[in-house]
Amino acid sequence: MMDTTPAGPETSGVAEAAASSGPIETDAIVIGAGPCGLFAVFELGLLDIKSHVVDILDRPGGQCAELYPEKPIYDVPALPVVTGQELTDRLMEQIKPFGPQFHFNERIDSLSREADGRFRLTTDAETEFLAKVVVVAAGGGSFTPKRPPLTGIEEYEGKSVFYSVRKIETMRGHDIVIVGGGDSALDWTLNLAPVAKSLTLIHRRDEFRAAPHSVEKMRKLVEESTVRLLIGQVTGLEGANGHLSALDVKTASGTERIACTAMLPFFGLTMKLGPVADWGLNLHENLILVDTERFETNEHGIFAIGDINWYPGKLKLILSGFHEGALMAQAAHRIVYPDKKLLFQYTTSSSSLQKKLGVK
Amino acid sequence: MPANLIIPFRSQPPKSGLFSLKDAYATMTKITFIQPDGESQTVEAENGLTVMEAAKLNDIAGIEAECGGACACATCHVYVDEAWRDKTGKAADMEEDMLDFAFDVREGSRLCCQIKITDALDGLVVRVPAKQF
Repeated sequence: MMDTTPAGPETSGVAEAAASSGPIETDAIVIGAGPCGLFAVFELGLLDIKSHVVDILDRPGGQCAELYPEKPIYDVPALPVVTGQELTDRLMEQIKPFGPQFHFNERIDSLSREADGRFRLTTDAETEFLAKVVVVAAGGGSFTPKRPPLTGIEEYEGKSVFYSVRKIETMRGHDIVIVGGGDSALDWTLNLAPVAKSLTLIHRRDEFRAAPHSVEKMRKLVEESTVRLLIGQVTGLEGANGHLSALDVKTASGTERIACTAMLPFFGLTMKLGPVADWGLNLHENLILVDTERFETNEHGIFAIGDINWYPGKLKLILSGFHEGALMAQAAHRIVYPDKKLLFQYTTSSSSLQKKLGVK
Repeated sequence: MPANLIIPFRSQPPKSGLFSLKDAYATMTKITFIQPDGESQTVEAENGLTVMEAAKLNDIAGIEAECGGACACATCHVYVDEAWRDKTGKAADMEEDMLDFAFDVREGSRLCCQIKITDALDGLVVRVPAKQF
């Protein structure tokens, strides 16, 4: 979950609204909007299987978008070179005819089987789905904020240490310390400065990766003494019962103790398998075990494709994930349309497939 | 397992039909990894690989390399020994940006997926940090 801010009264209101509208019914839930999840939408779509796609990030692309949007990929068939972002954009264009519905910034937290054989899935934002098949295309797992390896930080999380902020008001009157030098750190510095009792931005060097205009604004606040910029690294936490009172910061001139009642560390994201581990699926070294005919897990109707699965000979390549998606879709068809015979067709010659793709 | 188990390999067969031990090791460079507890492991790796790849091939503890060498995760952070910093050079801008995501960055901090192994680095010493995040 991207946001560890404690649930306030406003969150429960959202939950009630979602619950009253009932679950979203769909053929397939695709977990993960990386290249394999996106291409799965295509293969399922050709077989008239409608998908909803859930991803914890705020945009499609998965690792391609989060880890290497600008970096070239050289082993996607027929594309001698493509960046992670381009690949994502092209896949989004390719699956457009199937009108997938995306649920970004959400993580599937629970999954259970209904009496009618369908799956009930709930996200951390209380969105509920009822689906006939589930396709886990979660790559390396869900992206979660990196936790600085400071002794005892766990006990402060959610009370004094936050990896994102849902409501600015909850930060009012605090001695806020923001750690990091990217856009998140700078954006929150600018947003929280007006409500903070004091705000200190700590970064290991006097250079920032963030957008230049944000850096400029931050420097201005520092000049006006609204914000304090400290070049150094946090080495220790001081506080009691989950509530921080101070931080130790190592700077060029020694160690300094600064007042802090709310700390926001921004050290990027890392991947964790997350709740998938609790769904009763057979695992092999933290990867989901599947067969190589259907790419189905030990739970009938739950498939796993791409980097998150394992079978003998598995290669973590985008092209392998595409192949897995195609075979998965054939098996999913038997579940979604048990009475329909599946006729194998090519997009080059089938007028029915071309109609679905909107090219005829 | 011996601490300095050597796994020689080469991506191409020797050019001549004759294969001598000297040929096999001609492109191998020694690298020493020192763990936070002082334990040291010296490995031999093929020139052209990165120090991260040498670490992964030899199961060096504490080098995670989550992103697989794309300079996108900062989990292959090492401290280059002072004596070797001129030879390894400084981090490029992109690497310096990624080092913002590493913990306890110091003088000599590098992401070892960005250090290419060459003859000039024979004997290189790097220290593995206590934590990679």
